[in-house]
Amino acid sequence: MTSTATPTAGPHDDPVEPGWADVTASESSLRRFLHGLPGVDQVGAEQRAAGLGTRSIKTTAKAFAIDLAIRMVDLTTLEGQDTRGKVKALSAKAMRPDPADPTCPPVAAVCVYPDMVAVAKEALGASEVHVASVATAFPSGRAAMDVKLADTRDAVAAGADEVDMVIDRGAFLAGHYLQVFEEIGAVREACAGEGGAAHLKVILETGELQTYDNVRRASWLAMMAGADFIKTSTGKVQPAATPPVTLVMLEAVRDYREQTGRMVGVKPAGGIRTSKDAIKYLVMVNEVAGPDWLEPDWFRFGASTLLNDLLMQRTRLATGRYSGPDYFTLD
Amino acid sequence: MNTASTRIDVRKTYKLFIGGGFPRSESGHSYVVSDVRGRFVANAALASRKDARDAVAAARKAFPGWSGRTAYNRGQVVYRIAEVMEDRRPQFVEALRQGEGRTPAAAGKVLDESIDRLVWYAGWADKLTQVVGNANPVAGPFFNLSTPEPTGVVAVLAPQGSSLLGLVSVVAPVIVAGDTVVVAASTERPLPAVTFAEVLATSDVPGGVVNILTGSLDRTAPTLASHMDVNALDLTGLAGDPEQATELEIQAAANLKRVRRAPAAEPDWSVEPGLDRMTDVLETKTVWHPIGV
Repeated sequence: MTSTATPTAGPHDDPVEPGWADVTASESSLRRFLHGLPGVDQVGAEQRAAGLGTRSIKTTAKAFAIDLAIRMVDLTTLEGQDTRGKVKALSAKAMRPDPADPTCPPVAAVCVYPDMVAVAKEALGASEVHVASVATAFPSGRAAMDVKLADTRDAVAAGADEVDMVIDRGAFLAGHYLQVFEEIGAVREACAGEGGAAHLKVILETGELQTYDNVRRASWLAMMAGADFIKTSTGKVQPAATPPVTLVMLEAVRDYREQTGRMVGVKPAGGIRTSKDAIKYLVMVNEVAGPDWLEPDWFRFGASTLLNDLLMQRTRLATGRYSGPDYFTLD
Repeated sequence: MNTASTRIDVRKTYKLFIGGGFPRSESGHSYVVSDVRGRFVANAALASRKDARDAVAAARKAFPGWSGRTAYNRGQVVYRIAEVMEDRRPQFVEALRQGEGRTPAAAGKVLDESIDRLVWYAGWADKLTQVVGNANPVAGPFFNLSTPEPTGVVAVLAPQGSSLLGLVSVVAPVIVAGDTVVVAASTERPLPAVTFAEVLATSDVPGGVVNILTGSLDRTAPTLASHMDVNALDLTGLAGDPEQATELEIQAAANLKRVRRAPAAEPDWSVEPGLDRMTDVLETKTVWHPIGV
C-alpha cells in the first residue's frame, strides 16, 4: 500500500484529476457517486477515535511526537484585530518557537488573512516556513465567485505558498455538488502563480456539515476537484476539529490514494490546544492513514495556543520541570 | 457495628479537590487512611505529579479572578467558609477524633479554634493594605505609594500533625492575601482536609482558588517545588525534616520562588498568628506619581 505510485511532481501538473471525468460530468452523476460512497458508522467512528486516544505515548516517543507536532503547526492568527506588528511577531515565533532552545524546530507555516501575506512573507524572509493565507471570503464563503477568485489571486500575488479556501456549505448542503466542485476547481486555477502554484487547502467546515456522511462526501468532492489538503474547519464555528471527524477525513485520503495513487494531506484546525490532543491526532494519523502521512507535507495542525503547550511540554521533557506560560510569548 | 443490622458498610474512597471539582487521582491510585489505633477509616486519593500539575494549572486559571476581587469581597468569602464549617461540625469532630485521637470535647475545641482562625483572617482581608502599604516620603514632587499585591500561585505543604487547625492556618492567609493555593494535606491525616474541600465546594470560594491534594509528599512536593508556574512555596509540612526541605528549596530556586522555610518543629497553632503568613505571599508595588502635573 505504501509503495503505490504517487506523482512525483505536484498535482497541479495534471490538467484535470484523471479518472473522474465521467463522475464529474454532470450534477446527477456526481451525486450518484458521492451518495454511493459507503456510509460512516457514527458510533464506530467515535469509538475508534476515542480508543486511539487512549494510547500512552511516553519518553522518547513523546519527544519525537512533540517535535513532529511543532513542525506540523500552521501558526495561525485570523482575527479582525490583527496588525502588522502581530504578524511580524508571529513570524518570528514561527522561525524560532523557543528562543531559549536552538534545537527546537520551526513550525510549518504562518497562516494569516490575505492582506497580511506580504508582511508575513517579508518577516519570514528566506526561512523554510511557508506563508499560508485564507481566501475566498473566509470564514463564511458568502461572496460572489469573482470576489472569491480575486481574493485568492491577491493572496497568491502577495506571495502565499498555500491557500486555505472555504467551500460553499450552503450549496453543498443544498445538494449542488457540481457547483462546489467547479468552485474548488476555479480557485485551484487561481492559485497558479509565477513561481509555481500555491498549495490548495480546502476547508470543509465540518461543524456545519451535520453528519459524518457529509464529511466523507465533502472530502471526496474536494479531493476530486484537486485539493492538496482537506482541512476540517475555519476555527470560527463550534465544534471545530474533533477526533472522529478527522478520522473520517483520514480514511478518505487513505482510500483516495488506494484508488488514484495521489496523496492528499489533512489539516485539523481549531480546538486543538494541548500536546496531549496533538499526540492523539498523530496516533490517529499513523493508525488510520499510515506513517506516510506523518510529515508536515501531509498533515498539519491549524492552531495558535497549541504551540505554547507543545513548547512547555518540550521544556518539561528537557529540564524535568513543569514550565509555565510566563516563559513563552503570548500570541 | 450493630449486630441486628445486615446493612453493608459504605467504604468511602475520597477524591482530590482541583479546580472546584472532585477528580480521582490521574494515576488511579489511592491509599488507606487509618485512625490513631490503626483501624481502617477510608481510602484517600494518592495524588500523582500530574495531579499536582493539574492543580497548579487550575490555581493559575483562578488567579486573575480571585486577585481581581475587592479585598472586602475576599473577606466575605472567607467568612462564609467559617459559616459553612460551623454547619459541618459533627463531620469535623469525627474526623479529628479518628485522625488525631482527640476526645469529642477536645476535637470540638480545635474546630472552634479553626473557625475562629478563619474569621480572624477574614477580617484582615480589607485591612492588610492599610497596614503593610504606605505613602512613602520622598525628596521630590511625587506621591510615592507602596501597595501590596498577591504574588500568584502558592504551593503549601500543610502541617502533618495538626490536620485541621494547621491546615486552616496555612491556607487562609494565602487566599486572604489574594493568592491562589495548591495545598498538599497531611499524609497520615487527610480526612479533615477532605471535609474542608467539601466545605469550600459548597461555600462561595470560586473553583481553583484552593486546590487540595492528598497523598504522599514524595510524589507531589518535588513537582510543586520545581514547577515554573508556582510563585511561592510554604514548607511548613516538612517541620523537622531539614534534608528534604533543603532539597525542595534548591528546586524552588529555579524560578526564584518565595520560600517559607520549614520550621524545626511544628509550631503551636493555637496562638494568634502574626501577619507574616500573609506578607510572605505578597509583592510590594511602588508607584511614583508626579504632583501637580
